[in-house]
Amino acid sequence: MTALTMPRLALSGELRAIGHRLLAVVALCTVLSLMSDAFLTTGNILNVLRQAALVFLLASGLTLVILTAGLDLSVGANVGLSACLAASVIQATGSAFLGAAAGLVSGCAIGLGNGLLVTALRLPPFIATYGTLWVIHGLTYWFMAGATIHGLPPAFRALGSGYWLSVPIPVYLMFVFLAIGIGFARYTTWGQEIYAIGANPVAARLSGVPVNRRLALVYTVSGAMAGLASLIFLARLNSAEGDIGEPLTLPAIAAVLIGGTSLFGGVGTVSGTLVGALILTLVLNGMNLLAIDANWQPLVTGAILIIAVALDVLTRGRDGANR
Amino acid sequence: MADLTLPLRGFGWERIPGAAYMLAVLSASFALVSNGFVDGTNLANIGMQSTILLLLALPMTLILMTEGIDLSMGAVLTLASVVLAAVAVKTGSVSLALAGALALGAAFGFANGALVAWLKLPPFVTTLGTMGIASGLALVITDAQSITGVGDDVVFFYAGKLAGVPVPLLIGVAAYLCTHWLLYQTRFGTYVFALGGNREALRLAGVRANAYLIGVYAFGGAMAGLAALLLTARISAGHPTAAIGMEFDAIAAVAIGGTSFEKGNGWLFGTVLGVLLVGVLRNGLNLLAVPSSLQVVAIGVLIIVALLIESVKDRA
Repeated sequence: MTALTMPRLALSGELRAIGHRLLAVVALCTVLSLMSDAFLTTGNILNVLRQAALVFLLASGLTLVILTAGLDLSVGANVGLSACLAASVIQATGSAFLGAAAGLVSGCAIGLGNGLLVTALRLPPFIATYGTLWVIHGLTYWFMAGATIHGLPPAFRALGSGYWLSVPIPVYLMFVFLAIGIGFARYTTWGQEIYAIGANPVAARLSGVPVNRRLALVYTVSGAMAGLASLIFLARLNSAEGDIGEPLTLPAIAAVLIGGTSLFGGVGTVSGTLVGALILTLVLNGMNLLAIDANWQPLVTGAILIIAVALDVLTRGRDGANR
Repeated sequence: MADLTLPLRGFGWERIPGAAYMLAVLSASFALVSNGFVDGTNLANIGMQSTILLLLALPMTLILMTEGIDLSMGAVLTLASVVLAAVAVKTGSVSLALAGALALGAAFGFANGALVAWLKLPPFVTTLGTMGIASGLALVITDAQSITGVGDDVVFFYAGKLAGVPVPLLIGVAAYLCTHWLLYQTRFGTYVFALGGNREALRLAGVRANAYLIGVYAFGGAMAGLAALLLTARISAGHPTAAIGMEFDAIAAVAIGGTSFEKGNGWLFGTVLGVLLVGVLRNGLNLLAVPSSLQVVAIGVLIIVALLIESVKDRA
């Protein structure tokens, strides 16, 4: 089952791994189109894809982390700080390019910080990234001091709300990073080593995998993807304030787990995470269409997260006492 | 000296140095740089403010000892506080409101424990999920508004005095003594140590390990319900995001107090020191006009320092 024994699965293998989850997407779409006339409209479908793109970009880096049996709880806080930094740089310099660079650098730096806590200081990833969550959160609030930055230049906003050939820009980014993610995880040595670390870190180390360097890499990638997601989120909202990233952590983790990546490491796919992001977005979109109050969203996302964990544990039959 | 400490063995005097030195150094530095720190009112304030955190940190110690964690505690405390305020406003009865908060907290704790013990779900992500549920419920119930007008009977539990002693201090001391007794004097406590140290042995010895594990989480939830009384009294309202993230302070206090995340050994009195340390840190930084956002950063750094000391001790 692990990718190590079948390192060169064709794309059909990728499809097989997510097949029954795609059925869930189809079923959800059917139910939603029966319940609401507004669901099967071009505008709404593109909207779902655009929101799923944001969740996917954030969750795709996180997928690599979870494949190593780690976790990055700081992704939402990372989006918050990176978006605020990007927005203030744009405001100060007027340059969308410099702002985007600031967001990406901030995302990478936070990810690298997590990676160093986990590797150099050997802290358990759950605790380390939970700590950075609150540290980054505090820094963001301090940096913003209650202010809101809005009115970003149109060139920047196109990143989140623009269209090309009447498809939203983030959707293209979603497919580009899906391809990169699949290619990296499945067809590169580094990707295979990440699966190996998650399946058995000791065996991986003994077979010559530079475990610490690969771990630092996945946390940095997760941070970088949070930085990218922050730009798209910022461009879409057209405003930044201290709590901007808060609602994104739970959906990102839920998307990875719904997508079939195991918390115990070594099992999962980036394409599964895309399907997970779609399922989650469809549920939240359905609630929107049925005019259910937005206050219900963290509740529903939390419940979905628990169900996804339960399915992971029950289907793999592993003892998860220590996570 | 030895004769004095003998009857108090459960307190773990021999382990005091780390946490106590940190507390002493921090207090001394704040006393030096800030005029208002050494002041009867201020020190009493630290004690009173720390009681809410203590009520979370005591059961969190037990939960960490079982190699678990409860990230939902801040959200459950918030939800219980909102419910307590709502019931108090509706019925005017404090006991009814407290009963509601305790029952709600215990129910969430029980659910966490059942998911962890029966379904064997990883506590970290599971309680992250229940955190989402509890914080969502708090928003739904209040429609994201504060519930005000809880009445003086509720406020008494934070602002009132019994025989000249502030009520929250009495509640804090009572909670510590109860938890100390539970952990060191009862079979339940012995099993808490065993749940983290060697769960398999416990199971093989015929102990219903799962029931005790659920009990630990339910105890934590109920304590969050009790803390809701103090919190609601303190802000004299139920606010839908009042204590979101407070579990972070609680986990920090437990970690600083010397309870380790991975080996199932814990030290309850160390948690008291950890709570005081967090309280002193926040209070001192407040006096120095450091915004609360940066206080969180300082607590994060404290956790990392505590974990590093822990891992250095392990390697030594």
